[in-house]
Amino acid sequence: MPTVRLRGPLKRLAGDRAEHAIEGSTVAELLLALERAHPAARGWILDERGVLRPHINVFVNGELGGQETQLEAGDRIEVLPAISGGR
Amino acid sequence: MTELLIGTKKGLFVLEGEPGTPFDVSARAFAGEPVEYALRDPRSGRVLASVTSPFYGPKIWYTDDPAGEWEQSRGVELPAGGESALVRIWVLVTGEGDGTVYAGGDPGVLLESLDGGATFELNRALWEHPTRDKWQPGAGGLCLHSIEPWPGEPDRLAVAISAAGVWLTDDGGATWRRGNEGLNARYLPEDTPADEVALCVHRLGRAPARPERIFMQFHGGVYRSDDGGGTWTDIADGLPSDFGFPLALDPADPDSAYVIPLTADIDRVTPDGIVRVYETRDAGATWTPRGDGLPPEHAYLTVLREAFGHTGQGETLELYFGATSGAVFGSGDAGTSWFDVAGHLPPVLSVAASRSG
Repeated sequence: MPTVRLRGPLKRLAGDRAEHAIEGSTVAELLLALERAHPAARGWILDERGVLRPHINVFVNGELGGQETQLEAGDRIEVLPAISGGR
Repeated sequence: MTELLIGTKKGLFVLEGEPGTPFDVSARAFAGEPVEYALRDPRSGRVLASVTSPFYGPKIWYTDDPAGEWEQSRGVELPAGGESALVRIWVLVTGEGDGTVYAGGDPGVLLESLDGGATFELNRALWEHPTRDKWQPGAGGLCLHSIEPWPGEPDRLAVAISAAGVWLTDDGGATWRRGNEGLNARYLPEDTPADEVALCVHRLGRAPARPERIFMQFHGGVYRSDDGGGTWTDIADGLPSDFGFPLALDPADPDSAYVIPLTADIDRVTPDGIVRVYETRDAGATWTPRGDGLPPEHAYLTVLREAFGHTGQGETLELYFGATSGAVFGSGDAGTSWFDVAGHLPPVLSVAASRSG
């Protein structure tokens, strides 16, 4: 099962826990499952359309990915604010 | 004591003071994030704030103490799985019903709360209006920025959208009709059909002592309606420019309005480097410049739509406005004289004033 790591407000919204082992064959599936498990985080990473917010970056095993990136058991996912949003 | 809730590009600033002297910053919240608008609900004392995180999207928050913890309002979103996402909440307005709070935002949406802002629900009739596919955004997006309840009649509401004109409801938002007759959009062809909705209203203000009267700052034009927003008469004659955004009224005087003209849509600064507020006390027949205490020269300020607040009424009406330069100015005598409230805040997006004690 992939593991997603959250920081800052996302960590707080997800039960104040940084690491979450969550099922998902793609990044989008994993993030939707994260929202279902932690409704307080709904809308913070994905918008209403289910689209990754423009200034959120998702890394898979250290490499920048997208919401369609395929996942495998044991993958490490990091969700981070992008420097492009920090105006 | 007067409290100013000042939304800026870099957080919410709470300022307190007495008219005539600079105010103190008593609290700052949402540091680093754009705070579009903040409001203290006079019924409950609760403060609500619209915050557009560049990372995590638009949210509404509420608290009883702006220096303390804030809670996120629920329901501030568009229908899941659709083609649109909420971009921004431009304004928050208390309604006539107990606990009613409205939020207006981009893309042309109205949300309603019946519990003082803890939960909101999208107004479906406006969201699903059959003309929506013709609505065009202004430079700031497709923003629903003006929400004007009718005192004593909770089912009657006027809203305005840039650039989709004025919309009126008499049934609590179940149905909506246009309120655009008489508006002249210079940026449209002369033979534009009468039912055109691409009308860039910049701000509405209803006179509470005469609710059928509404003033409007348009994208090129200042107007008045005396029939609740159905038809409009141009009252811009006498102003140095008919372009601008903010609008304020004296609640005690239905013939009053204040505007802050900017040079033009292609040059959105105070005309000729002179900062002046223009006041009418005869429903727009004449306008008087009010600049005593405001920068008289070399001041090219931009004052945004929501950056003009007021509290009180009559001779002690207090007026406050902020600029994108970070300067905030105030008047404690209905605009007769002005003083510096703050000089160096981040770019000011909104100003809301309230008086206590």
